[in-house]
Amino acid sequence: MTTDSRSSNPTAVNGLLIAGVILLAILGLVVGNILMPGTEFGGADGQAEEVITSIDPNAEPWFSPIWEPPGGETESLLFALQAGLGGGVAGYIIGLKRGQKKTE
Amino acid sequence: MSKQRIQKWGLLLAAMLLMAGVRAAYAGALNRPAAMHIMEGFLPPIWCVVWFAVAIPFWVAGYRRIQSLIQEKPESRLLLGLAGAFTFVLSALKIPSVTGSSSHPTGTGFGAILFGPAVMSVLGGIVLLFQAILLAHGGLTTLGANTVSMAIAGPLVAWWIWQGLKGKMSTGWVVFLAAALADLITYVVTATQLALAYPDPVSGFFGSWSKFLVVFAVTQIPLAISEGLLTVVIFNTLRANAAAELKTLGAEA
Repeated sequence: MTTDSRSSNPTAVNGLLIAGVILLAILGLVVGNILMPGTEFGGADGQAEEVITSIDPNAEPWFSPIWEPPGGETESLLFALQAGLGGGVAGYIIGLKRGQKKTE
Repeated sequence: MSKQRIQKWGLLLAAMLLMAGVRAAYAGALNRPAAMHIMEGFLPPIWCVVWFAVAIPFWVAGYRRIQSLIQEKPESRLLLGLAGAFTFVLSALKIPSVTGSSSHPTGTGFGAILFGPAVMSVLGGIVLLFQAILLAHGGLTTLGANTVSMAIAGPLVAWWIWQGLKGKMSTGWVVFLAAALADLITYVVTATQLALAYPDPVSGFFGSWSKFLVVFAVTQIPLAISEGLLTVVIFNTLRANAAAELKTLGAEA
């Protein structure tokens, strides 16, 4: 059994790891803006679509999404719901485990 | 640094990221819906069938495995929920990357370490279905292909790395490598699927493969690192609070 994160304080280790994720995102924003000034950080899929069209100019989707969010606001609502639901469930489970461990 | 100071800085950084994220998401939404998976209708029907044929056996095996897990180890239900929730959160996080575009982590390495690739094909498939139906992100015709890349190939790699390296190096590093490489391989497989469907008329499969790889690879590298770090965070938290459950799953190195 390794003792890596047991010998040190796990909360502090996690704090540092999360800080690393945040720094990477900020680095992305800064470097991305230097490499492509004014970029809106759209999805990588838009570029994939461009590559498809450059390879096969006749390529066209043969099936359309059965429903699309009418706009950015509704889309961000659904993404927020997705993250919120997942975060809520994860927080509940970890909190429950933590409580159970303390009462043991 | 004291604990309070770390917490204070953490909160500040989180708030900054949140603002940046909201801005980026807003800007991206005006542009066009962002999807890091293969878009609806963009795979020729024959390839849709092929990838569904690959995915279905994994779904069946995963469904059976989940049923037997729930029966034999009812305590694993909570961790199944956690693995699903983790993928749910991570695939909603569209993070700006150094190439000036955004992509999101997959969150599948964590569940693969705990439960193996078959179970993850079901959990990841549910997330992909949610995004295809409600967000026009990915698609129903491409659900098989996207399951193969995100919920099968990624978890397989994570599982192999975990099984091969656990105990041989620090657990944190093994978890990091498993999750980060699962994330990267997801996009390598996506590029492969697109190149198979759209080979370059001159340079063939490899010509278009390199073109699709370029689109995803550089964007994905910082995200794979982020995914590795976040997976270590959730794994550490679980080790500190649910060591017994990890042991029954054989996921304690």
